[in-house]
Amino acid sequence: MEPLDVELDEGELELPAEPMHLNMGPSHPAMHGTVRMVLELSGETIAKVDVQVGYLHRGFEKMCERGTWAQVFPYVDRLNYVSPMLNNIGYALAVEKLCGVAVPERCQWYRMALGELARISDHLTCDGAMAMELGAFTPFLWFIKAREMVWDILEEETGARLTHSFGRIGGMAEPPTPDFKKLCRAALPQILHLLEEGERLLLNNRIFLDRLENVAPISGPDAIAMGWTGPCLRATGVAYDVRKAHPYLKYDEVDFDVPVGTKGDTLDRFLVRLGEIRQSKRIIEQALDRMADDGPVNCDDPRFVLPPKSDVYTTIEGTIRHFKLIMEGARVPAGEVYSYTEAGNGELGFYLVSDGSGTPYRARIRPPCFQIVGGAQRLLEGRMLADIVPTFGSLNMIGGECDH
Amino acid sequence: MSQLVLDKLREKFGAAILETHSNFGDDTALVDAAHWKAIGRFLHDEPALDFDMPVDLCGVDYPNRLPRMEVVLHLYSVTRRHRVRLKTRVGDEDMAGAELDSLVSIWPGLNWLEREVFDMSGVRFRGHPDLRRILMYPEFEGHPLQKTYPADRTQPLVSYRTEDEAGMPLNKLEPFGHDEGMPFGRQGRHPRAEDS
Amino acid sequence: MGDMSNANRSLTLEGSEQGFATTKVDALLGWARKYSLFAYPFVTACCGMEYMALASPRFDVARFGAEAPRFSPRQSDLLWVVGTISQRQGPVLKRIYEQMMEPKWVFAFGTCASSGGFYDNYTTVPGIDKIIPVDVYIPGCPPRPEAVIDGLLLLQDKIARNERRPGVVKPRIDPTDRVKDLVKLRRSALDPAELAPRLRQDLEGQGQK
Repeated sequence: MEPLDVELDEGELELPAEPMHLNMGPSHPAMHGTVRMVLELSGETIAKVDVQVGYLHRGFEKMCERGTWAQVFPYVDRLNYVSPMLNNIGYALAVEKLCGVAVPERCQWYRMALGELARISDHLTCDGAMAMELGAFTPFLWFIKAREMVWDILEEETGARLTHSFGRIGGMAEPPTPDFKKLCRAALPQILHLLEEGERLLLNNRIFLDRLENVAPISGPDAIAMGWTGPCLRATGVAYDVRKAHPYLKYDEVDFDVPVGTKGDTLDRFLVRLGEIRQSKRIIEQALDRMADDGPVNCDDPRFVLPPKSDVYTTIEGTIRHFKLIMEGARVPAGEVYSYTEAGNGELGFYLVSDGSGTPYRARIRPPCFQIVGGAQRLLEGRMLADIVPTFGSLNMIGGECDH
Repeated sequence: MSQLVLDKLREKFGAAILETHSNFGDDTALVDAAHWKAIGRFLHDEPALDFDMPVDLCGVDYPNRLPRMEVVLHLYSVTRRHRVRLKTRVGDEDMAGAELDSLVSIWPGLNWLEREVFDMSGVRFRGHPDLRRILMYPEFEGHPLQKTYPADRTQPLVSYRTEDEAGMPLNKLEPFGHDEGMPFGRQGRHPRAEDS
Repeated sequence: MGDMSNANRSLTLEGSEQGFATTKVDALLGWARKYSLFAYPFVTACCGMEYMALASPRFDVARFGAEAPRFSPRQSDLLWVVGTISQRQGPVLKRIYEQMMEPKWVFAFGTCASSGGFYDNYTTVPGIDKIIPVDVYIPGCPPRPEAVIDGLLLLQDKIARNERRPGVVKPRIDPTDRVKDLVKLRRSALDPAELAPRLRQDLEGQGQK
């Protein structure tokens, strides 16, 4: 190539530059299945991004209006499907607030233990998937192995590995099995060991840290104005955790810390989730110590709780009560209520409107990750194409919840 | 739960606050639709209230009463730890006049929530930067969460295969009729697609 | 669509009987194909969690040769449709299927993919067989990984025999065979044989009051 005989300053070179449009379509491994991002790229830098959700919209709210209050539990499970027990508990608490019933103490501890197990499963999946998408396949396999241990316990208790539908209005579907405490106490140290091994691989790795640190930071006030809650908000430094700010069940009687980040970048979101797994372990251990070994798990309010089967088959009152609760649904008093709990992704709220009958009039879910993905656009604009993968992974978008 | 929020609202806006209650511990205020934005701005800016987090926005359809669509906004203050629910009603039987001012300039997080209310319930928001469907596809007609929309009316984007093409029966066992074999108890509250 | 019969009839060794060598070659191709399925995981919903569990060490789908996920339809021959397909996702699914090259097979993983599940509403496709042909249906919500492995083995069997008739995975234990064990109507904690005398005693006791 012969040299140019004119001295040209780099800034004077007119190179053709049109933005490139790229579609990271709804069937993409890094999009957790169902998000479409239409990108306008200038080289590797994202000039504009349009995050399109809704590819997993399954009509949860419309389906709730067609059945009874208790028939909502299977639908609620499939919202945040990596931690279904937290959704069950959140919905059960919402209906119980509307009905004005309180569950017995044993049930509260039981719900806490199962809920925190589900939270551990959620954070293990999120961090494992993030690591895998950055190329670290081994920690993903170890975290999934730890998740299998959690699922074994949940399978023993509820009968299903993933979508348990175990919550009921006024209690749980079944009392704890006799081995529940032993299983939990045996599994938790092993889960922690696997977590530590995964951390040892990841947190000293220069490449992993470079891809996460200072990527897509957001400030606390910005995150609050976007409606963010949960680990993504706590990573920015705002210590808002529904379990501490507005305790429900017995969270005010257990000791645990709330891990908080500093910069609100992807690394902080990753680390906050790892920290929360350790805190969940502490909560479970305390809940198991405090949970009674016998006693009722369901409250005995005949308006909402199914009678024991022996009564159903021998007494006429039991039969009628069972029939009415199953066929017509529990008659929840008329009114509206907003009840919120801390789910895996943040404040999971249920706004329930009842007209006094056995069918919900309106069951609105306030999905935590809907708001969080709503903020993805401002996080990603100006960053590079390769930053989409860890950033989107750290937001933990669960399609079932975001698209409800 | 203190009555601080409701008292301050009544003090400032008087007649625009149509009803208040605190049933089940949730402070609720039903407000006039014309004052929606002013009330939102007040709740955000007033130092004693300081509602900085938009929690939720949804529409609830009450077709038996006018105005028909109730838009419900939940707000939270991280610093003061109080909540409020604001409700307003818009729209007549055909959802004409179902318009509200957009609050996106006050709380950016309401961007997607307002799009969802538009998509699902049909309420338009004046001043929203990008009001388009979010959960349904652009070709979809109608607003699914309105009570008059039949739950099982599908609008497929891809035409379904026929049984000849597939070489095997595609429709599984027919479901029961409208009442799922139970004429007592739960009555179908929704119109079915066959009815319209 | 789905017509595989022309894909591997093209080889006949010279001098051999018509059909013998082609059958052997068929068998070889079937064996090779079934143990090297490149999967395209079209994962949407909760069943995706069980898909992840399937790839993990305990259930290990790698031992069946079906581990390697290829995220391009051009490079894969087995389409795993995992999870609910909404109407909005329908054209996407159809396009991905059309972009795959013959021979290709489809798994309907989960009840939502097989029949729409309990989402009988305005937004769900009632089963992906309304859009694309399916080879194996794996019901379950979500199906246990063992059921999925059964489905995979069923599909491998079909590939080896070059059969395109769709199959459904049945539970390993058929509940109807074990009704007596599974359904115990117990009116009390007592052994049913002792129940009748006890009831009689109670009734007589009440009569005496």
